[in-house]
Formats: sequence, structure tokens, C-alpha cells
Amino acid sequence: MDTLLEQIELGTLWQFPGGIHPPQQKTLSNDKPIARLALPSKLVLPLKQHIGANGQLIVNKGQHVLKGQALTQPSGNWSLPIHAPTSGEITDIAPMPSAHPSALPELSIILTPDGKDTWTELTPVTSIEQLSHQALIDLIHNAGIAGMGGAGFPTYIKADSQRPVEFLIVNGVECEPYITADDMLMREHAEQIVQGIEIMQHLLTPTITLIGIEDNKPEAVDALQNASKHNPNIIVRAIPTIYPSGGEKQLIKVLTSQEVPSGGIPADIGVLVQNVGTLFAVSEAVFKGKPLIERVVTVTGSTITDARNVWALIGTEIKHLLDSQGFEPVEAQRVVMGGPMMGFTLPTVRIPVVKTTNCILAPDNSELAHAGEEKACIRCSACADVCPQTLLPQQLQWFAKGKEYDKLESYNLFDCIECGACSYVCPSEIPLVQYYRVAKAEIREQKIEQINAERAKVRFEARKARLEQEQEERKNRHSRTSSRPAKPAAEKAKVADALSRVTQKQGEKSAVQAAIERAKAKKMADGSVQPDNSEMMQEREKRKEQARQYKAQKQHDDTPNDSKSAVAAAIARAKAKKAAKLSDDQAIADLDTTKPCASETPSPDETKADPRKAAVAAAIARAKAKKAAKPSDGNVPEEVSETAKTHSDTDPRKAAVAAAIERAKAKKAAKLAQEQGSDEAPHVNNPESGSKPELDTADPVNTEADADPRKAAVAAAIARAKAKKAAKLAQEQGSDEAPIANNAESGSKPELDTADSVNTEADADPRKAAVAAAIARAKAKKAAKLAQEQGSDEAPIANNAESGSKPELDTADPVTTEADADPRKAAVAAAIARAKAKKAAKLAQEQGHDEAPLANNAESGSKPELDTGDPVSTEADVDPRKAAVAAAIARAKAKKAAKLAQEQGSDEAPLANNAESVSKPELDTGDPVSTEANVDPRKAAVAAAIARAKAKKKRKEQEGNDPS
Amino acid sequence: MYALIALGSLALIFGIILGYAAVKYRVESSPIVEQVDAILPQTQCGQCGYPGCRPYAEAIANGDEINKCPPGGDATVKKLADLMGVDAKPLAGGEEAEPIKTVAYIREDECIGCTKCIQACPVDAIVGATRQMHTVIDDECTGCDLCVEPCPVDCIDMLPVEQTKQTWKWQLNAISVTQID
Repeated sequence: MDTLLEQIELGTLWQFPGGIHPPQQKTLSNDKPIARLALPSKLVLPLKQHIGANGQLIVNKGQHVLKGQALTQPSGNWSLPIHAPTSGEITDIAPMPSAHPSALPELSIILTPDGKDTWTELTPVTSIEQLSHQALIDLIHNAGIAGMGGAGFPTYIKADSQRPVEFLIVNGVECEPYITADDMLMREHAEQIVQGIEIMQHLLTPTITLIGIEDNKPEAVDALQNASKHNPNIIVRAIPTIYPSGGEKQLIKVLTSQEVPSGGIPADIGVLVQNVGTLFAVSEAVFKGKPLIERVVTVTGSTITDARNVWALIGTEIKHLLDSQGFEPVEAQRVVMGGPMMGFTLPTVRIPVVKTTNCILAPDNSELAHAGEEKACIRCSACADVCPQTLLPQQLQWFAKGKEYDKLESYNLFDCIECGACSYVCPSEIPLVQYYRVAKAEIREQKIEQINAERAKVRFEARKARLEQEQEERKNRHSRTSSRPAKPAAEKAKVADALSRVTQKQGEKSAVQAAIERAKAKKMADGSVQPDNSEMMQEREKRKEQARQYKAQKQHDDTPNDSKSAVAAAIARAKAKKAAKLSDDQAIADLDTTKPCASETPSPDETKADPRKAAVAAAIARAKAKKAAKPSDGNVPEEVSETAKTHSDTDPRKAAVAAAIERAKAKKAAKLAQEQGSDEAPHVNNPESGSKPELDTADPVNTEADADPRKAAVAAAIARAKAKKAAKLAQEQGSDEAPIANNAESGSKPELDTADSVNTEADADPRKAAVAAAIARAKAKKAAKLAQEQGSDEAPIANNAESGSKPELDTADPVTTEADADPRKAAVAAAIARAKAKKAAKLAQEQGHDEAPLANNAESGSKPELDTGDPVSTEADVDPRKAAVAAAIARAKAKKAAKLAQEQGSDEAPLANNAESVSKPELDTGDPVSTEANVDPRKAAVAAAIARAKAKKKRKEQEGNDPS
Repeated sequence: MYALIALGSLALIFGIILGYAAVKYRVESSPIVEQVDAILPQTQCGQCGYPGCRPYAEAIANGDEINKCPPGGDATVKKLADLMGVDAKPLAGGEEAEPIKTVAYIREDECIGCTKCIQACPVDAIVGATRQMHTVIDDECTGCDLCVEPCPVDCIDMLPVEQTKQTWKWQLNAISVTQID
């Protein structure tokens, strides 16, 4: 018995199981030499043309590149570069249909040739002995060579195989019908192919190299035998023509009798297979320095008048290939990329030639008939007879149809090479391979999903563990602090400080002072609940106050005047505390006593500015606020004193203090509303609405203070507090006795909004813009809720009230736009506009559904006013930003109007439409003015963003309207 | 009598062998909860009414319905039915049999940095910090929807996952070859 090597050298061939003999159709294209195509007008180069990752782009749009210049750079993970196939300009880098049955777009470089075809500098190697192993591998890598037989596996990885290679097999079989690209290449370039083989031999040092060529290509066999005469290690073998002997595993079996194990690769058995086209490309890359920029493509089929092989630049569109070979399409013409057995029908001919494209087949309908109807399996087992992988195609088909994926895997579906022999022989025309392809894709997807699910689970559990740990830590911290019974005053102050920080988390740090005050106020309240230690607490409080006073004096080298004021404040606080304690029993009596005190406080405030003082005053105010919260009336005098306070001169701290005051008031009002709203609303609501104006007028004063970044945040906090309050109010009242409540609300809203506009007048701060935007959106949400609540209960009056509020709401806009130019402000205004638009939209929907006539009148009445705001704003001095803002406003309004129109139009058009038509002209005049403003890049962006938001909203709206 | 002794001793010997084998070659079969949990899609979306996939797996093991997992679709119901030995039934609530896989997308210019979505995300797929723009890590997002509701400015969209060449599936239209003369 001879050894395997001896047998091979003797010329023994083996047989693989199965196989078919489809019509060859090779003579169509193998009788003419390889032609060269005219330069196409455009080349489309997908970044990824092989198995593995794509390289990183190293060129830009508009750049001029030379022929052979690298366009991407490999970055590990099996990535390969691509090169410019000719010189020209990169006109675009965009997703384009890919050479894939789905033609899903893939990022591609679009190159417009300049016609000069200028090569970049090439560095050919004269002898491979000069180069180190790694240098040679890198050379092949950087030439972008991938397996050109069909799979597109990166050649440099194969050439760098770490495992010993016994047999290097050169695949020149080309068993698929029609294709003659390798055949013609072997005939014309046998020397280069042998050079390529020798490079591979140098890299891999195989025992022997076998070239397998089907015996239907005698010219190619001769050519290679001649070219390889000098090398005794190369054996050319003509093998029987049978499909699919060109399959890697089948060829290995035929030439060496060995079988690649299931799920393995040829390297497992010491075999490496390379396609002749790949070896030609390797030789070109090494000895001529040319990267892979063109390949031989067979253009064939009955509808091609000049069917032959052509040198096609990578990136040439299939259309160009077909046109240059004389394409006469028939009805229902199909163009197949690859051969008829394993290729795929192209969805479009605007697909580029890639590194793996070996054939373009344009058959007429008689040679490649359209698939007939699938009939039932008759269990003839012809498919099993022809399967070269000895699988059970019929069985696999049942499982694929039943989606039994685990069964498919146990029947070795993944050993299927998708050669199509089973489909070819099936008498029932069952597209077996298609079933397998679908099933394979499904299984792969499931595996990916399984991996993702596993990862999600791990992340979920990690998160849970983290949260639990945090909770635990928090609890520990809490128990530690509470376990200590008595704390020294200083530490307590620290705790209070921390507490205040926690509560202020989203607030600003400049308000720490205010926060401390609040924490104390809280403590005070606690004290009143527990009468036992209230005395102690008071004492401590007093001591602390004194200590602080002392410190303040030291720090600021105060005048006697200041210390006096502090003392006065302390007195006031003590009184306030007392009052708080007693308030439950003697609310009214206390009020009388404290009021004089309160009125005293303004006088010290008018003295010189001192940061501490302001804080003290704030504390007083808060104490009062609390007290007032319990008795429902009598809040007017206090507020007078507070407004007086805010007039004191400017200091950054003061703003924070004022904010605290506002918040306290807001809280108070909210509580009030809850208590009263549920009991006997009519009476209470009036006083409420009366109190609010005062509350709000305080805001402008605040914002007039000099610029401080924190202030903006403070103002935002105020606005939010108010928003909350209003929301609560609305809920409470809306459910009980809405009419009056709503009136009150409408009164409060304008002021709320004017506060905002004033905010924006403060000078530029990047944060502020974001804050304002947030406010606007929060309001929008609130308003939406409000609208729902009211709309469902008793819309008529509610709507009137709302419409009344709107004009005022909108007049705020001009003010903002008049403010000086600031890039952020534009964004702010846009946000406001959007928020308003949203609110209005919701409102409109609600009203439209319930009882349109009344509401619509009211709405249309409000609009004119609304629109007049625009001209004013646009007349302001020309500033690029401002114009954008105005445009945004105008557009928001336009939208509102449009929505309104839809709503009304569906209900009772005549009346409403009249009103609308009146309002619209005015609305439109706003736009031209704004557009006349000079052009600013930002503006365009802002406007675009707005437009997009609008489009989205409109679409949503339409969807919402359609069912109704 | 001898027969009894012989049989008895034989029984004892075999009993000892079997007892030893049971301890020595014990096969750790994963509890039913683990198996159910492995089938569930791990989106942690809570659409089943339980706070996560594992709690639902526990509930199924305790006899809850198997058709409460919309992200898993019919495929999951089928697998659960096989595992639990019950009949497969359509998804509760008239959900689609083949759910469309989505991922969350934050419109970044509208994000205010409130971190609410970060707190809601069960798989930590959202990155960002207070007052900083947030964004979703596509690869980690399970499409559970939980971040959409907490967003105060409605800047989160659920977008369907785009099909790529890797996820594309073949259509059943074969290229047939016929013999011509």
C-alpha cells in the first residue's frame, strides 16, 4: 500500500459522493480573449467587500485620488483596505446598494474618474527572498486581497496560517456553468499564477502543491503545466467535470482523499485552498506593487451579444458591464451575479462589481426558466443522492418548514455548502437551498439574540446588585446617624447643611444659605409638634444664631448697624417661632402680634448690603409663611413687607433668598388651594387669585438684579414651583367646581409667563438657556394635563378662561426677542414657542371634541392679539439670531392656527373659519420680515430643527385624527 | 430459606451500588426557573406585569400563564409550552405574534439631562449625567420602552432596528436551472 503522498504523485484521484452534471454553457464566453472595458463614468466602492470588518476611511469627499491609492486603512479584525481603481475625484461617501441579494445600502465611496488613469507610486518587489515573512504578509494585507473564488476570505490570514500546511491546493476548477473567468485567466496569465503559487509556497512551505482544474478546460491545464515545469513541487491535475467539484471540501476530497471534519476548516487537516484569481492578485501585488483594483468578470447569457470575459475595475456598475457587451433585455429579464447554481438575482443593475464578483449572467427565459410552483415532496430521495455533503436534504426540508431549528442543527444543516444540487434535481421543484438559507439565517439570528439576552441579563443583574448595595449603604448611613442620641450643635449644623444639600440637589449651590434656613425652619416646625424638647431647641437655635452673628461680624468687619439688624432679625425669628407654636390655638391673636414685627424688618434691610442679612430676612419670611399657611387669611400685609425687602440693593445671594421666599409662598398657596378647594371653593378662590399677582410681581424685581449665572437657575426653580402649584390647583378645583377655579387660573397664568420673559432678559449665560427650555417644556406638559382635566368636565367656561390667558402669554415673546443678541437665547425662544404650540394643540383638540362653537369664538378672538406681537418683534434692530427666533415664533403660531383650523373645520366650519381667515394674514406678515434679516448659519439650523419638530407633530396629529 | 438469604443479599448489594451511583454520578439538572429564564428574551421590560424576566420565570414555574411576554412573541410562547408541557396559546392582550425589535433613541438636542431615563433603564444602556446630554448604547438596548414614559420632555423615540446584511433573510425565490437543447 502506497502512502497518501505517493498515491497523489502517481495521479490517483478520488471521488466525492453525489454531484450533478448541469449543462456547461461555457463555450459562450471562453473563445475570446479577456477584453478591457472603457472607463466607466462613475465607480461605486463599498467599504466592505469581504468577510470581516471594513477598513477606516482615510479620504474625504472632494479629494482627488490616484489610481491604486488606498481609500481605507485596515484596523484589525480581518479588515482589508480598498483602493482607488482609477484616478479621479471622490464625489461622495454615502450608503449605496450593495452586491448582496438584498441590495441593502452599504457605505460606499463614489469615485468620478478624471480619465487620466494616473497611477500612484508603486513599490514592486523584485525578489521575495528580500522580504521577511511579516513584510510579505503585510504587503498582501495592504493590497486588499480577499479570496476571489466567491467567499471573500482575507488572503493574508490564510497566508499567515500558524498550522503546518501539508497540501497547498490551487482551485482552478470553476465548476459552475457559464463561468469562464478563471479559465481565461489561467490561459492568459499562467506565469503570474505560478508566481503567486510560489509566493504562497514561500510563506507556507507545503509538502506539495496541487492545482485542480476540471478536464473541460484543456487549454488552461496545458498553460499551467507549461508555466510550472520548473517547479517539481507543483502538480497540475485535471479532474473529472462534475458539479460541485469546485467546492473547497469537495476538491480536497478529490485531490487528497481527505475530508474536512464537520464544522472544521481545511487547515484542521493540513490543507489550504487558494483560488487562481487570488494567486494572480497576490503576484500582481508583490511583483508589480499593484493592489487589488480589478478582476476578470464573465459577462454572459443569451441576452448578451458579445458574451466574454472582461477586466472590470472594482466598483464598475453592472449596468456599465452589460451595456458595453451589448445587452438586449427580454421580458422579465433577470440579471444574476455569480453562476446559475449559487448566484443570486440582482434587484437592480446599479450594483458595483466587488472583489468576489466572478460572473454576470443575463439569461433569457428559456435557458433559465422562472421557478415553477413548488409541489409536494414525493420522497424520491434524488436530493440525498446528489448531495455532495451526504446530508439528508429531504429531512432538512421538513425541519426547515416546521422551524425546528435544533433538529436542523443536529442534522448538520451548517455543513450544507448551498451548492444547489438538491434543488436542481428535485422533480417537485422545491427550492430546497432557499429553505436552508432562510433557516440558517434564522438560526444565526437566534444565536445572536441569545447572546444579547444573556448580556442583557448580566447587565440587569449587575444593576440590581448595584442598586441594592446603594440602598444598603444609605440605610447604614442613616442608622449610624440616628443611633447617636445627642449631637453637638456644630455637628448638627453640618447635618442640616448636608440635608439641605440633598434637598437642593437640583438647585444651585449659591442657595446653600437659603437651604440652611429652610432646614432650620423645618426643624422649628418639628419643635412645635414635640412640645417636650421645643424649649431646648429654641435655646439651641438662639445660641446658634448668636454664634453665627458673631462670625458674620468678624468676617465682614461689620458696622454696628449690621449687628443691630441681625439682632432685630433674631428677635423676629424668636417671635415667629413662638407664633408657630401657638398658632394652632390662637392663630388670629398671634397674627396681630407678629405683624408689627414684620413691618419692622424692612428698615434694617434698607441699610447697606450684607449677604447674611438677606438670609436672615429670608428666614423670617419663611417662618411667617409657615404660620400663615395654617390660618387661611391675612397674608396680604406680609407680602407687602416681602416685596419691600426685595427692593434692597443688589447682591448675588439675595436672588437666592428671594427665590426661597417665592418657593415658600408657592407652597403655601398650594396647600391653601388644597384645603379650601375641597371645602368651599367659590370664596377662597377669589382671595387666591388676588394673592397671586403680588406673588408674581416679585419675580421681575429679582431678575432685574445684576447678572449672576446662578440666578437663572433660581428663576427656573421658581417657575417650576409655580407650575406645580398651578397644576395641583387645577386638579383640585377642576374636579369639584371648575368654573370659578378656572377663572382664577387664567388670571394666574399670564403672570407666570411674564416672569419667564423677564428671565430671558437677564444677560447671557449658557446654562440659562437650557433651563429656560426645560421650563417651557415642563409648562407645556402641565398645560396639556390641565387641558385634559378641564376638557372632560365642563369645557365652555374653562375654554373661555384659557383663551383669555393666551394673548398675554404670547405678548411675552416680543419682549424676549428684543433682548440683546445671544446665541442661546434663540434656542430658548424656540423652546418656548414649541412649548406653546404644543399646549395650544392639545387645547384645540380638547375643545374641538366637546363643544366647539363657543370655544372657537374665544380662540379666534385671541389670535389677532397674538399675531400683532410678531411685527413688533421683527421691527427690532436687525440681528441674525433674533430673526431666527421671530421666525420660530411665527411658525409655531402658524401651526397652532393650522391645527385649530382642522379641529374647527370638522365641527362647524363657517364661524370659526371666518375668524381664522382674519387672523392668518397678520400671521403671515411676520414671516417676510424675519426672512429679510441677514443670513446666519445658526439660524438656518434652528429653523430647520423647528421645521422638523413641526413635521413630526403634524404627522402624529394626522394619525390621531384619522381614526376619528 | 437459602433462596431468601441469597436474594436478600443480592438486593442489598445492588441497593448499595445504586445508592452509591446516585450520589457519585449525580446529574445537576438546572431548576425549571433557570430553564424558563433562559427562554425569556431578557428585555426586562415588565410588560408581563413582573419586575423583570426572572420574576416572570418564577411565576411561570409557579403556574402562571406563559403568554404574557410580548417581546418574545409566539416563538417564546411555543418554547415555553414545550418546556412546561402545556398548550401554546396566542399572546395575551392581542399582541403581535412577531414583535418588531426596537431600540430607544434620544433626540439629543432636546435632552435636558434629567437622568430620569437612566434610572428607568433596566440594563444600564443609557449613558449621561445630570445636565449632560444622554444617549443610548444601541447594542445594549433591549427595546423595553421603560425610558419613554419618565422623560419629561418626550425626547425618546423607539425606533425599529434597521435591517443589515447580517440580519437579512433570504426570500424563497430560487433561480431554477432547466435543461435546454
